[in-house]
Amino acid sequence: MKIIEKYSSGRLVLRMSGELDHHDARAAMRTIDGLIDEYLPRDAVLDMSGLTFMDSSGIALILKVERRMREIGGRAFIENPAKQPLRVIDASGIDRMIPIREEHA
Amino acid sequence: MKSENYIKLEFPSRSVNESFARSAAAAFAAQLDPTLEEVGDIKTAVSEAVTNTIVHGYPDSIGKVTLRARIMGGGRIEIVVKDWGRGIEDVSKAREPLFTTGGEERSGMGFTIMESFMDKLHVRSSPGHGTTVTMVKAIKPKKLGR
Repeated sequence: MKIIEKYSSGRLVLRMSGELDHHDARAAMRTIDGLIDEYLPRDAVLDMSGLTFMDSSGIALILKVERRMREIGGRAFIENPAKQPLRVIDASGIDRMIPIREEHA
Repeated sequence: MKSENYIKLEFPSRSVNESFARSAAAAFAAQLDPTLEEVGDIKTAVSEAVTNTIVHGYPDSIGKVTLRARIMGGGRIEIVVKDWGRGIEDVSKAREPLFTTGGEERSGMGFTIMESFMDKLHVRSSPGHGTTVTMVKAIKPKKLGR
């Protein structure tokens, strides 16, 4: 999995691409933690449009990012999840804890 | 039950094999002509089952994992993921949503996802001897376009 970050005026967009499973999750979380610590954003946006596969390891990662953002007084969002990640998000019920947005550029 | 076709894979419980196992299961299922969504469901369920063998079956060692898949009548695929690891003390507890012994890196949603993405889920476990997860999914027949 690859993460590309973009930061502007309080908003950190993390564009995730490839596959996210247990094998990749620890490194992905380390990368995201590092970026949140570096920018201390108001909003952290997990852009999942390029994520071709995600399992419940992704759910744990999303919940961890959400918790970390709350700790620093910010918010986390999921943006444009691809179909398969969205099915996993729906099945897990975490859409009650973190907003999912469809942004059409 | 008569099976029409089958595969059997064996690999060590290394996390790099998670993506191999789900891709192999998806490639085998392709003969039933599944939709993209059905392929995604199979990949996800296999990923969860194989991750469980690695995280919970063999937490401190590398052990043997097998993945068997077979095509049954009526467009159904059965997938069996087996380890000879630590086993699960309380299977019904482990199947509860959000229950995990895996710490904050795990969500406790693995069995919930396997259950909702497959039509049948059976878990047999014996502490100290290992766990066998059996899943069945029916692939809906496609209308022939003319």
